[in-house]
Amino acid sequence: MPAQTLEVENLHLWRGERHVLRGVHFSVDQGSCLEVTGANGSGKTSLLRTICGLMLPEEGRVLWNSEDIRRDLSAFHASLAYLGHEPPLKGDLSARENLRYWIGIRQQVHADALDAALARAGARAWADRLVRTLSAGQRRRVALAGLALLIVPLWLLDEPTTNLDTEGQQLVGSLIADQLARGGTVVAAVHHPLAAGVRAVSRLELPP
Amino acid sequence: MRSGATQVGHALSARELAAAEATAWVDNPAPHQRASALAAARLALARDLRLAFRKRGQLVQPLAFFALVTMLFPLAISPELARLREIAPGVLWVAALLASLLALEFLFRDDAYDGTLEQYALSGQSLTWLMFAKTAAHWLLTGLPLALMAPLAGLSLGVPARALPAIVAAIAVGTVVLSLIGSIGAALTLGVKRSGALLSLLTLPLSLPVLIFGARATQLAVGGGPLGPPLELLGALAVLGVTLAPLAAAAAVRISLE
Repeated sequence: MPAQTLEVENLHLWRGERHVLRGVHFSVDQGSCLEVTGANGSGKTSLLRTICGLMLPEEGRVLWNSEDIRRDLSAFHASLAYLGHEPPLKGDLSARENLRYWIGIRQQVHADALDAALARAGARAWADRLVRTLSAGQRRRVALAGLALLIVPLWLLDEPTTNLDTEGQQLVGSLIADQLARGGTVVAAVHHPLAAGVRAVSRLELPP
Repeated sequence: MRSGATQVGHALSARELAAAEATAWVDNPAPHQRASALAAARLALARDLRLAFRKRGQLVQPLAFFALVTMLFPLAISPELARLREIAPGVLWVAALLASLLALEFLFRDDAYDGTLEQYALSGQSLTWLMFAKTAAHWLLTGLPLALMAPLAGLSLGVPARALPAIVAAIAVGTVVLSLIGSIGAALTLGVKRSGALLSLLTLPLSLPVLIFGARATQLAVGGGPLGPPLELLGALAVLGVTLAPLAAAAAVRISLE
């Protein structure tokens, strides 16, 4: 079996009149992390959403294990986790309920694994509070607890450190390090470089 | 213009590479079992039901609307039961149609806003099943309560008691179709701000067969005639809807997420 790689070939994406992605080209190997940087509006989120297959590029393609993702999109989706810049949480459910539904739709979740993930994200203390009563940083931590549960080969993270304190940023670093250590791949759109401890990082700067 | 990836940080050392290879995904099957499509759909249904009971205001709105409209007719037209009985089928069905439309706007809106739909689309699960689950939740929360309330509304419009079971059945089946048609409309109008008007324009014409057969079945039930044919047609529409509408809704959601 070939090692899993994510390759993006000559991606062009238009949103209306705007040429958002202008020939983006890169590949990320198994066990490494790509940091995508760029000014606001340079297309970081669009790039991640195109890699997911949510947006269709006008030109170019995305390859996962040397195969076009559009050939079997749902198998590709099963092997990726995407965390957008807003945590996908419901305000009227508690943190724990949110994770049970969000992650449970993909994979079986055991209560103790859920507790462990919440504890790791430092979210154990407020796990049973409704998410709308939590601060933005606390919500982000709940989303990270969800990410910790998603043991899939490819993580696509959009601004994973937004709203987090220093310790929270280290948590993101350690989650990514774990993902790389178990042979996973990470693509993260970031404003600030990821915390130390994440090795095997390459960087892609999108032009404004 | 082309932006290339440049290597910063350090490359993997030989030891790390070996470790990475040893834990490659192909050798190490995911420790978590994937949820089956059915389990995923059940969770999506449970989530929507739980959320609805946390936001009771939204839940009560279409029911209150239905009750008010059917109660206003006796006041506006005449308290004479014979006359009310004549218009009762039409009133019940128009009220049920509008009440179910009223609740549609909320079907996907919150989920689109908070990224839940995105996660559904990227879950690797069949989006069709998840849409089916969402529509089923919508029916359980609007169609079914409307059907259960229909006898009360019917009695206030002078409908004879023997006709009530048939009316409950017709409204229950009819609202299944309305929810399914509505799920397509709601999914198509996700990208539109203040989509209420557009949503009605889109779904009302498609809902007309339900209105016609439903009102006909109710009329026959009130008059004591054989109501088999219109009820069967409603049932056929429901079967058609159950098979096709979730597929269409899933496709529409994918389009609107782009």
